Amino acid sequence: MSAAEPAVGVQTAVGKPATGMPRRPSSRLLRSELRIIFGRRRNLAGLLVLAAVPIVMAVAVKVSSPRRGGDGPDFIGSITGNGLFVPLAALTIELAVFLPLAVAAISGDAVAGEANLGTLRYLLTVPVSRTRLLIVKYLAIVIFSFAATFLITVVGVLIGVALFHGGNMTLLSGSQVGFGVGALRVLMATIYLSIQFAAFGAIGLFISTLTEQPIAATIAAVILNVAMFILNSIPQLSWLGPWLLTHWWTSFGDLLRAPIAWAPIGQGLLSALCYAVVFWLGAWAVFAAKDITS
Amino acid sequence: MSVPVTDTAVLTKGLTKRFRHHTAVDSVDLVVPRGAVYGFLGPNGSGKTTTIRMLLGLVRPSSGEHELLGRPMPTRANEVLPRVGSLVEGPAFHPYLSGRANLNRLDSADRYSDPATARQRVDAALDRVGLLGAAGKRYRIYSLGMRQRLAIAATLLMPRELLILDEPTNGLDPQGTREVRHLIGSLCAGGTTVLVSSHLLSEVEQICTHVGVMNAGRLVAQGPVAELRIGGAQRARVDTDQPAAAATVLLELGLTDLRTEANQADGALGDVAAAKIVPALVHAGIPVLGFAIERPSLEDLFVALTGEGFDVSG
Repeated sequence: MSAAEPAVGVQTAVGKPATGMPRRPSSRLLRSELRIIFGRRRNLAGLLVLAAVPIVMAVAVKVSSPRRGGDGPDFIGSITGNGLFVPLAALTIELAVFLPLAVAAISGDAVAGEANLGTLRYLLTVPVSRTRLLIVKYLAIVIFSFAATFLITVVGVLIGVALFHGGNMTLLSGSQVGFGVGALRVLMATIYLSIQFAAFGAIGLFISTLTEQPIAATIAAVILNVAMFILNSIPQLSWLGPWLLTHWWTSFGDLLRAPIAWAPIGQGLLSALCYAVVFWLGAWAVFAAKDITS
Repeated sequence: MSVPVTDTAVLTKGLTKRFRHHTAVDSVDLVVPRGAVYGFLGPNGSGKTTTIRMLLGLVRPSSGEHELLGRPMPTRANEVLPRVGSLVEGPAFHPYLSGRANLNRLDSADRYSDPATARQRVDAALDRVGLLGAAGKRYRIYSLGMRQRLAIAATLLMPRELLILDEPTNGLDPQGTREVRHLIGSLCAGGTTVLVSSHLLSEVEQICTHVGVMNAGRLVAQGPVAELRIGGAQRARVDTDQPAAAATVLLELGLTDLRTEANQADGALGDVAAAKIVPALVHAGIPVLGFAIERPSLEDLFVALTGEGFDVSG
C-alpha cells in the first residue's frame, strides 16, 4: 500500500454514498467467526486436551496388560484387537464431560461473549440482522462440534493403527469386517456423535442469549448436560430417558454391530434434530426481541 | 454531493423508553436535518445513550417511532444502517485481535462491503485516525485514546450518509480531540450528517450547527445553534435609577420574565425588536444609563435548561 493510495481510499470511503443492493450471501462472516473460535488460545488448549485423551489411553493400554470391565460398549478391551477401537473408546470416555464441556464453552460464548465485550452492539449496527447472527453463530458451533469430535477420531485412528494393528475388525456383535468397512463404521459413529454435540450446542446458544456472562452460560449448559445424564440413570425415571438428548449419545455403539441397529440411531438423530430446532428457535425468540444494553 | 435540505437524517416522534422503574427517555422528538452537525447534549444519565440505542435499533422503544435517512426504523434497518456509521457508548473490540483484524471482522459482517477492497478500506480508515502504525498490535494493549480512534475508524470503513457518535472524544488527548473535531468538519463538508453526543459544551459549540439538549429523559431544547443562543433566552438589560418604572415599560413592550435589581431591570426579549426599547424608555421619561442585549453562551443555556445540580439525573 503506497502512501498515496490510502488517500484515494479515504475519498471513496467518504464521498460516495452507500447505495445499491447487498452483495450475494457470502461466507465471510462465518469464516471470521471460525477464525475467532479456532484462533483463540483457550479453545486451542481445549482441543489439545480432547486430542490428548486417545493418545494417553492408547499408550496406557499398550504398556499395561489389557483388562475388562466398565459400562457401555466395551471398547477399551477391544483396543488391542484393532486400532480402530481407540477412537471409539476415546469418544466413549469424552462424551460424558470433555466434549460437552468444549461445546458448552463455544456455544455459551457465542452471544454472551460478544455482549460481554460490547462487540455485539457493533455487529448489530453494521448491520447484521439478529436472525443472520444466530444462524452464523450456530453454524460455527456446528462446525466446531464436528471439528472437535473428528479431531478425537482422527488422532485416535492414527495412534491406534500406529500402536496396534489395523486389519480386520471384530464388531461388538462378534462378526468380522475388513478394515475399510470398520473405518466406515467409525466414520459413521463420529458423524452421529458430532450431530448430537451440535444439538447440544443449540442449548448452549439458547442459554447464551439469556445472559451477558459467557462463563455463566457455559456452566449452565454443562450443568444441564450432567443433569440429563443423572436423570437418565435413575431407573424410576426411565419414562423420561428417551426425551433426554444425552440418552441417545451412547447409541453410537449400535453402529458397530452387524447388522447395524438402526432404530436407536434413527431415534437419536430425530432427538438431536428436535433439540436443535427447539433451542435454536428459543434462542431466536429471546434474542430477536431483546434490548441490547451491553 | 447535493442533498435536499428539507430531508431529515434523523426524525423521532414521541420516542419513549421505560425500563422497569423509570422512564429513561420520555417522548423525544428529534429532528436532525441532512448536512447538519447536531450536538446532542445533556448531563450524564439524561437519556442520550438510550436514545441513540433506540435510533440504531439496539433498544426497542416502549412507544413512539423514528426514521433514519427517511426510512422507518427498525423495520428497514438492514437497508438504512449500512449507510450509518455509529459509535455507541465507547469502543468495544475483541481484545486478543489486532486493530486491523477487528476492523476486518466488522467489514466481513457488512453485506454491502466489497471483500476485494477490504484491505485498502481498512488501511485507509486506520490511516485516517492515525492508527496505521499500531494496526498490527493487539487491541488489549491499546490505550483508551487508541481504542477510541479504532472505534471511529470502524465508522469510516464504508461511505456513510449519517454518523452517530456517542462521546467520540472521550479519553482523547487535546490533540486527538482537535483531530476528531477536524475529522467531523471534513466529513460534514463531504455531505455526511453527524449527530454527536457530548457533555463537553465547548467541543460542541465549536463544531455544531444544531443542538438538542436532553435533561432527565426529555428533550428540553432543540434547534440551530445561532437560533438557540440569540432567539431563545436573549435578555434586554436596562441600567437605570428607576428600575420599577423601567420594568413596567418593558412589560408593556411585551418582554417577559422581568426582574429588577437596585439599579437595573431586565427581561426576556422574545420577539420584541430591541431597537424599540430605548426610545420607549426615553419617551416614558426614564433615564437610561446603560442598555445591553445579553446573549447567553451555550453553557448558560445548558445550565438554564438542565439545572446547576451535580447529581446524575434519573
